[in-house]
Amino acid sequence: MTDAPVKHFPRPTPETEAYWQGCRKHQLLLQRCQQCSEFQFYPRIVCTKCASQDLEWVNASGQGKIKTFTVVRRPVSEAYAADIPYVVALIQLDEGPTMMSNIVQCDPEALRIGDLVQVLFEDWSEEISIPKFRPL
Amino acid sequence: MSSLRGEVAIVGAADTEVGKVPQFGATVLCVEAARRALADAGITKDQIDGLVTCNSMAEPYMYHAEAIAEYLQIFPRYCISVGAGGGTTFSILHHAASAIATGVCDTVLISMADSLRTGLSREQAMTLQSSTGHPQFEIPYGASVPAYYALIARAHMNAYGTTPEQLAAVAVSARQYAALNDNAQMGEIITVDDVLDSRMIADPLHLLDCSLVSDGGAAVILTSADRAGDFPHDPVYVLGAGEGHGHEHISQAQSLTTSAAVESGRRAFEMAGLGPGDVDVAEIYDCFTPVVLIELEDLGFCNKGEAGAFVEAGETSLQGSLPMNTHGGLLSHCHPGNPGSMFALTEAATQLRHSAGDRQVKNAEVALVHAQGGIMSSHATLILGRERQG
Repeated sequence: MTDAPVKHFPRPTPETEAYWQGCRKHQLLLQRCQQCSEFQFYPRIVCTKCASQDLEWVNASGQGKIKTFTVVRRPVSEAYAADIPYVVALIQLDEGPTMMSNIVQCDPEALRIGDLVQVLFEDWSEEISIPKFRPL
Repeated sequence: MSSLRGEVAIVGAADTEVGKVPQFGATVLCVEAARRALADAGITKDQIDGLVTCNSMAEPYMYHAEAIAEYLQIFPRYCISVGAGGGTTFSILHHAASAIATGVCDTVLISMADSLRTGLSREQAMTLQSSTGHPQFEIPYGASVPAYYALIARAHMNAYGTTPEQLAAVAVSARQYAALNDNAQMGEIITVDDVLDSRMIADPLHLLDCSLVSDGGAAVILTSADRAGDFPHDPVYVLGAGEGHGHEHISQAQSLTTSAAVESGRRAFEMAGLGPGDVDVAEIYDCFTPVVLIELEDLGFCNKGEAGAFVEAGETSLQGSLPMNTHGGLLSHCHPGNPGSMFALTEAATQLRHSAGDRQVKNAEVALVHAQGGIMSSHATLILGRERQG
């Protein structure tokens, strides 16, 4: 018997571990530079603006707006077929950085660039929860 | 010598059959393209002392160029396989040209091929190509490559009022040229309505807004401009080359609607001492219709936001002000993945040799070729000309 196809799980790396642990606890964490106060995503060992390594984790508001989006009609692989049609979007978080995610609990046809969204978390396993967004 | 301008020339260029080519796997396509380019240049493999390839998705090797050198039984003093997505092809050209200009080697064979149509299942091809996304922060969300580019298309439409009809016009233009090209994978004329009626893949991109998935290979041979006259065809001189790199993953892009093609184009034009108005024919990367609009703007052929109207008005046709993708492009000629824009290069050479037949742009003197890799991430622009001095 063949196993059902599985979605692509993110594999945390040492410097992203804290981010994914935050997700597991349903908290969106962002790095903020202690030197220049800039928020950044994705997590790195250096500040993207001033190269400082003095970075702290901050509880993000989880709110943002849709920068752009698409409604995927043909799944990237079999594992995503059941979700069709699904929305892939770039979200600009209130703190500044942009992240990719899915928009869920929505009518894909009604979405517009600029719509306000709020993070939620999908539990994929004991270790991994994935941040997704729903329209406010 | 303080610039590469006019230092090297393309003296051999050839394509394999493209489209569905089950009789040749990816390795054989790469070798076959090389063989044909050697014949086109009128030389034997023993005169090749530099080799460039890119890895194949269908038949990968750990060290691809070395594997091809072994297959051909050549023993180069310059040998490398390149990875820069679709921009791979041209990003290596100035490296190879520098090697020739500095005496590291004399005659470089660049051969790239893949077998995405018959060498992989559709799902394998889609999954492999979508692995361009970030493994932690993009791929889990299920974006396909068309979806990544759809994000860009929607942003351009939102910012500048670009319409689905204008995107479709890019595909219609490409197909008009493919219909004149016996070697193209697709040859049937299409209309804007045909594009809009084709299956929606990722809003707003329809099937016909997306490039083909193909088998095929192409190769060129480069040597110093001083020796170029010894070869059977009119030399095609490299006048300018430039790269620009803005990001790798689209979620990290500084801008969704302006790309590093601005920088790659500017750098190439600067080296060549030319500008957009000097270009007679342009072969610019058309993996998806919105990419072409952004490149036309960023390379300076029209103002930001106006490329949709430019293409819709027919300016990229043979009768227009900027004949573009005259072989049919990735949209209608073929797209075997990383090697895709090699066909833009061989087409540019054909145009500048004045041997493009029904597709010939009259009096073509200067060609611009542009490729991009990732998701509008890395860009490479070349300016080519019939005259060494441009």
